[in-house]
Amino acid sequence: MKSILRIKLKKGTLSRPIHPEKGLLPEIEVMGAELRKKIKERFGRSFHIREVDTGSCGACESEIIAATSPIYDIQRFGIDFVASPRHADALLVTGPVSKNMAAALRKTYEAMPEPKFVITLGDCAKGGGAFKGSYYVSGGVKEVLPVDFHILGCPPSPENIVKALLVFLGK
Amino acid sequence: MERKNEIYIDIEPGRFTEECLGLHKRLESPVMAYFAEDLRKESGVFRIYCVFLDRKAGRWEAVRTNIPGDDPKMPSLAKEMYSASLFEREMAEMFGIYFEGSPDSRRLVLHEEVWPEGYYPLRKDFAPPAPGLKTPVERSEYRFKRVEGEGIFEVPVGPVHAGIIGPGHFRFSAAGEPIINLETRLGFTHRGVEKMLEGMDARDAVSLTEKIAGDSAFAYSCAFCGGIEKIYDIRVPGKAKMIRALFLEMERMYNHANDIGGIATDVGFSFPNALASVIKEGLLALNGKLTGSRYLKGVNRIGGIAADISTEGKALLLKSLDTAQKDLGELREILHSSISFMDRVDNTGILKKKTAADLGITGLAARASGIRSDLRSVFDGDIYEACGFKPAMEEDGDVLARLDVRLNEFDASVWLIKKLTAMLGNLSGPPETETKWEPKEGFSIGCVEAWRGPLVIWVRTGKDGRIERCKIVDPSFRNWQGLCFSVIGDIIPDFPLCNKSFDLSYPGNDL
Repeated sequence: MKSILRIKLKKGTLSRPIHPEKGLLPEIEVMGAELRKKIKERFGRSFHIREVDTGSCGACESEIIAATSPIYDIQRFGIDFVASPRHADALLVTGPVSKNMAAALRKTYEAMPEPKFVITLGDCAKGGGAFKGSYYVSGGVKEVLPVDFHILGCPPSPENIVKALLVFLGK
Repeated sequence: MERKNEIYIDIEPGRFTEECLGLHKRLESPVMAYFAEDLRKESGVFRIYCVFLDRKAGRWEAVRTNIPGDDPKMPSLAKEMYSASLFEREMAEMFGIYFEGSPDSRRLVLHEEVWPEGYYPLRKDFAPPAPGLKTPVERSEYRFKRVEGEGIFEVPVGPVHAGIIGPGHFRFSAAGEPIINLETRLGFTHRGVEKMLEGMDARDAVSLTEKIAGDSAFAYSCAFCGGIEKIYDIRVPGKAKMIRALFLEMERMYNHANDIGGIATDVGFSFPNALASVIKEGLLALNGKLTGSRYLKGVNRIGGIAADISTEGKALLLKSLDTAQKDLGELREILHSSISFMDRVDNTGILKKKTAADLGITGLAARASGIRSDLRSVFDGDIYEACGFKPAMEEDGDVLARLDVRLNEFDASVWLIKKLTAMLGNLSGPPETETKWEPKEGFSIGCVEAWRGPLVIWVRTGKDGRIERCKIVDPSFRNWQGLCFSVIGDIIPDFPLCNKSFDLSYPGNDL
């Protein structure tokens, strides 16, 4: 227990910059401040996202999780990932929509309260990406749900996710 | 990686089971791959392969048989050897092969609700069903194993889970608190990868293999390139082999850091996870700086590696590794000195050695249950033996054992990378073989020890050099069953913890 406290106190909130040459990701701080402002204007205090994987390889999920890690920590700007679609303002969808997931995706969307948005993330989600034309994949998320915004990348880096969300909220 | 280490034994269908059981017993190997290919056009048959691993001799031994194309059936091997069961279910739905006496003939990834009967995607003459065509309602229900009795209730979970994670369905049967049965139904991320690979030029296929399971992107491209290189007799330069081995360890490290943090999170201990995710992010950023890709995509090419690691890159690598190792040391100290944490992980989710062996559990999960299984100590002796590599082992098979295997493997990876970097310093020359690409016919097995376990890719190319058939066996494929057995007797709230301690791949399993 003592060692835990010792390490915890020594570390503080953030241990070190990931990109030492750039300092502590100054652009994230700038974008974050703007993000917080936009969210306050449009969604009250916070913007809640429910993530659904419809057949992604998992790299997109890994980058979304990275965006919530202490390095980027996008929760502090008012963005949070929620466990239930009932609590969500937006649905964040990854993957090319495997036939097996189409119904679950639709049901998740239907469970969300209005107003609601659909954001797709990663190349697969837009038109199927590398899996386009497979017998088990439809043409991406837009075949199932109305899509409001797309985040490019295979996978998009955490920085680009933050950047793209800022663009979305500015729309 | 250059390997000439495959033996194929041709046998008539009637003696197939007997021969497989003999190999299974003699080599103490579970079924490592068991698959079919459609040769009806060429010779009117389906050819079946069942592959075992000979650890001592460092080679693959495959039993091969032909069954008639117009009436594809054969006796079930799963009846005698449980590790064959999932493979037979897969062949049944993908090729329409009937296994007589099979203990489980339910579909695996082509769900009854959305896929009609009689359409077998991996047959060469497959045409997709018309939209809206479905299995009749009376046969479209997936039959979960039912446990019945007073006070027994079922808890269905998924496919959409609460976290940011892949989709899968779990069905618990619980009597009071303890779980008495867990069944998984997966396939939700099925994309038809094996069919997509067919007809592709091998060089183009490398980038598709990187998109099958993102957290193992490098292992996938490595195993696939290895298979093709063997067919084409390409000698991969020693330097490229070492860089491949090095990045395999990098992939292992960021995933292990992720899981170590995840295990802490799943008992509600969030501080270690914060530290673990800093380690993971550091390693991903390092991958990005060294290769331009955080997930090591686009690094492997058939014949070698796209780019060398620069001298500055090596210095950065060594420095970053020291930091990561120091952080992991702290993490280990935190976890091992927290009594409440240890109480949750010790003796939870036990996978017994015998069960693991019967199910054909491989890789990390097998090593945590006391089964010696690591392809790094079987193949590529020129790299791993030269570095003095020894696989991490634990005996207890519980969450703590799987955690400790990860902690120890993380340290071993750091050590391996340091050795490899030193060895790389003495080598010059390009990391890629210049080859004139002439289409070549052949088949071969490519394999690596990915971070979850052995990844085996069998590939056959045709006269035009295009892929005729590619069978991928992800380590998660059999290990999901291990998870189902490990949670029996534990309470449902321990399930996420057990699940994370295996951390199996949805997309790798579903392909």
